[in-house]
Amino acid sequence: MSGFFNSSIGRKIAMALSALFLMFFLLQHLAINILSVFSPDTFNEVSHFMGTNPLVQYALQPVLLFGVIFHFVMGFILEIKNKKARTVKYAKNNGAANSTWMSRNMIYSGLFILIFMIIHFLDFWIPEINTKYIVGDMSGQLPNGEGFRYYEELVHKFEPIWRVALYCIGFVFLSLHLLHGFNSAFQSVGANNKYTKGLKTFSKIYSIGIPVGFILIALVHHICH
Amino acid sequence: MNLTLKIWRQKSPEKKGKMVDYKVTDISEHMSFLEMMDVLNEQLINSGEEPVAFDHDCREGICGMCSMYINGEAHGPDRGVTTCQLHMRMFKDGDTITIEPFRATAFPVLKDLVVDRSSFDRIQHAGGYISVNTSGNTQDANATPISKHDADEAMDAATCIGCGACVASCKNSSAMLFVGAKVSQYALLPQGQVEAVDRVKNMVAQMDLEGFGNCTNTGACEVECPKGISLENIARMNREFLSANLKG
Ligand code: HEM
Ligand code: SF4
Ligand code: FES
Repeated sequence: MSGFFNSSIGRKIAMALSALFLMFFLLQHLAINILSVFSPDTFNEVSHFMGTNPLVQYALQPVLLFGVIFHFVMGFILEIKNKKARTVKYAKNNGAANSTWMSRNMIYSGLFILIFMIIHFLDFWIPEINTKYIVGDMSGQLPNGEGFRYYEELVHKFEPIWRVALYCIGFVFLSLHLLHGFNSAFQSVGANNKYTKGLKTFSKIYSIGIPVGFILIALVHHICH
Repeated sequence: MNLTLKIWRQKSPEKKGKMVDYKVTDISEHMSFLEMMDVLNEQLINSGEEPVAFDHDCREGICGMCSMYINGEAHGPDRGVTTCQLHMRMFKDGDTITIEPFRATAFPVLKDLVVDRSSFDRIQHAGGYISVNTSGNTQDANATPISKHDADEAMDAATCIGCGACVASCKNSSAMLFVGAKVSQYALLPQGQVEAVDRVKNMVAQMDLEGFGNCTNTGACEVECPKGISLENIARMNREFLSANLKG
């Protein structure tokens, strides 16, 4: 199998599997975020569970981190290899005649997502890790002890308009990335058959629906608080 | 019609090339693209210049020799045709047409518009065949029943003429459509099963060795392929490759 992972197709399949895993994570993430709009209490409880459950923290979280890092590092490796496969460029190339903009610019939409994710980590993940594992406060309580802190922190983050704008732009790029990527991942793992039409429709709905969901939640919190 | 041509000129593999402008006049819209190139070359020969070197053989769309990247597309703007089957009626009087060789590290330029596509041959040698006993007691082909569906799909894959337009069009210079077609052609038939595991492994290994890029499923190859080879062949090759590796 070592030859497999050093082969072009093996890398493609690994890329697709890491991406499909991220798609699953994204769905889960959105589901929890939606709670923050409809039931702050439930949102707090679920957040506390996810933030303190050992299985989530010590098993799923490292897998997720690995998945994300693997995905973008492999994305860069493939990009470099693909650039090497054509060192002399065409004087005139009409890419739009045969492929979508999204499909030709995965590395750029991906780079934007990466920038967004770095900011997102600095905003949410690093403070969480700091509170829980550096300061050692696993209670999930507000400093004044009046209940859970998660909802308050979330709402507070969406006060400045610049962050909401950045958040929205990040998700527009995610949507562009997925509009090509989701369906592409199925093709990569060899799923191109009589069910393909259904898969295509499903990936379109996902690729627009999920990012729009995240954007709406950010807007609701910005406008209502 | 009168046209301005911008053509890549390169004396030899080692020499640096450049785009050079030429004018051709009184081109009939019924001419094929290669006939238009013949007119240009006659003009060049008459004026004592070196004619433009380009590949061609059958001139009827079946051999895959003609290449050329015309106005930013392999085999030009028409669909489902090779350059020899591209007609000048696709262009307008006064047009400027850019003509370049197929570009890929695995297709080095030999001269002007001629590229070396022997990397495709080496991929074929790595497994694009079946071993049959031809000692005189060859089995009748019709003795092995094959479903109509499989036969049709294998035939569709087998129409690939190895022209390399898929590589030229792909932003990653990936050869997966070509290799996918060659793998599928046999994977779909009972005669291909005996060597199936080695075939896909060896052909993919050779493809990687030649320096072709990785597929990102843009689908450009399928659009530009003169024979309409479908992306499904790449998916089938990926499945074949995965199962071949799982089998060891
Ligand atoms: C962190 C920054 C990211 C970068 C730099 C990045 C980069 C890339 C690149 C370059 C590709 C094309 C790879 C190829 O050659 O097949 C790709 C594919 C893909 N990406 Fe990303 N990506 C990022 C984040 C994400 C995220 C967060 C998701 C989903 C939640 C995602 C989902 C996908 C999918 C579904 C594919 C298609 C896989 C395939 O074609 O097999 N990406 N990514
Ligand atoms: S798959 Fe199509 S474009 Fe590629 S070599 Fe075969 S015929 Fe040419
Ligand atoms: S010259 Fe044979 S296909 Fe064009």
